[in-house]
Amino acid sequence: MSQLTEIRWHARAGQGAVTAAKLVADTALLDDAYIQAMPEYGPERTGAPLKAYTRISQEPIEVHNNITNPGIVIIMDDTLLDDIEPLEGMPADGVVIMNTEMSAAEARKVLGAPDSMRVAVVDATGIAMATIKKDMPNTPIVGALSKVTGVVPVERVKERLVITFGKKFSQEMIDANLASVDRAYAEVSE
Amino acid sequence: MTSQHFSANGNGMIADAMRQVDPDVMAAYPITPQTTIVEAYAKFVADGKVHTEYVPVESEHSALSACIGASAAGARVATATSSQGLAYMWEELPIAAGMRCPIVMANANRAISAPINIHGDHSDSMSARDTGWLMFYAETAQEAYDNTIIAFKCAEDENILLPAMVCLDGFVTTHAMERCVLEDDSTVKYYVGEYEPLYPLLDTEHPVSHGMYANIGDMYMRHHLTTRRVLEGAAPIIEKHGKEWEKLTGRPFELVDAWGCEDADHIIVVVGSAAGNARHAARILREQGRKVGVVRPRVYRPFPAQQVVDACKGAKAVAVLNRSDAPGAQHGPVCEDVMSAFYTAGLNIPVNDYIVGLGGADISLDLMVQVYDELEQRVAGEYTTDIAYLGIEE
Repeated sequence: MSQLTEIRWHARAGQGAVTAAKLVADTALLDDAYIQAMPEYGPERTGAPLKAYTRISQEPIEVHNNITNPGIVIIMDDTLLDDIEPLEGMPADGVVIMNTEMSAAEARKVLGAPDSMRVAVVDATGIAMATIKKDMPNTPIVGALSKVTGVVPVERVKERLVITFGKKFSQEMIDANLASVDRAYAEVSE
Repeated sequence: MTSQHFSANGNGMIADAMRQVDPDVMAAYPITPQTTIVEAYAKFVADGKVHTEYVPVESEHSALSACIGASAAGARVATATSSQGLAYMWEELPIAAGMRCPIVMANANRAISAPINIHGDHSDSMSARDTGWLMFYAETAQEAYDNTIIAFKCAEDENILLPAMVCLDGFVTTHAMERCVLEDDSTVKYYVGEYEPLYPLLDTEHPVSHGMYANIGDMYMRHHLTTRRVLEGAAPIIEKHGKEWEKLTGRPFELVDAWGCEDADHIIVVVGSAAGNARHAARILREQGRKVGVVRPRVYRPFPAQQVVDACKGAKAVAVLNRSDAPGAQHGPVCEDVMSAFYTAGLNIPVNDYIVGLGGADISLDLMVQVYDELEQRVAGEYTTDIAYLGIEE
């Protein structure tokens, strides 16, 4: 129970947050972890704020409610900051990863994150536009998550991506996604 | 037995369970509030993975009507529904039971209008609890799968021969992705076996009538008496079939899942996925030295009264969490069953009754701890509320 990792995703509908939440869970599953991944359900409208959740544990996960005290928070769109409370319920030693062009110091200030928290930033949208050629920051941000938290190893993320995307995408698209993971892994900064 | 795990949600797991059983007929109304179970199943049919006759009908009422007709004809039948869909097919529910049609129907538990709410609670199926169906409630996606397969075996047992509703919590279990295991198709087919209907309408060598007129004398009452006696005797049969599945899969089956009850002073009784939340909170409280337990009826009809009594009999106070209300009644539906079981067994344990999680309201760990705290207060004489809406200020 003590090794239960809880991740809360803040995004806009259409950015692929639910896919990312599931990708992280499926990656952990490759190493026999117990997992949960779910969106917070509601009417789906592209651009509307949404939350999604991922749980990872070495023990069976019994709890089924929404995650209210996430150790890790991922913000996939910094224009959400006026409307959401991303730090709500986080422990003092929590980790925030944000898709933004801001520096880590600027992001920390905007978020009002205390010194005890880690704040990491990555331009996942910029990376997605350069690699995948679409505004889909979900795959690169998983690369950043891997680097900052180690909750899933980056090689496993890429392995899982090939399995998941292999069924429906061209090799070119798969390679672009893999490249986006590598770039975010390299470029994320604290 | 297989240990190959993968990620899936509850709807997907039930669709796979039904694919492996491969019933003769599935009739379903494929429009909201239907589940992705029948959507996935329609694809299995289109892809030739099953031999099922798939009947997309024009309403939920027609869906269950078609299922009843097919079942009476002698087919193995499955369907799925949810929320308003179950409400719309209600008229057919007692007919399925009264005609002794062993239909297996998944129900994604969701709120009933008004006001409009699409999220999870048990208002839909609890309104159908007295229609003569067997009822299973799953805690997890894995259990939704296991219950579906076990339900075929129980419903079709010639000493039961009643329809079975396999319930799983809307969104929390239907849509959340969890780590799951699928048994081999051959294991499932071996377990459920070939379906041999006892009195099929299509057996023209042995003509029978179903759903006849019983308006004279005491035949109508006698018919209902039969249903009562069948359900009263069904628990050990369900347990036997559940244990057979346990032997094949290694996954435990109990009519009632009791955790920490051997020495628990304070016990929560709850049906469905919220039991996991209660147990998660109970584990934390146990580490602090508090003697707490959780009791979860996995089978709800027939109500496993003896097993609930046995699990609770040592407690100083018991809380019951109902994920639906029964307005006008003194208590929520699950609580009435629990109190009735206690009274019949001569148990005089104080019971705190709660309505929880209506319309998908979060059942948080803090609320679970509050329930355990209020059980201590009940024992100390400081909590006297008969029934409360948990987490709602009045």
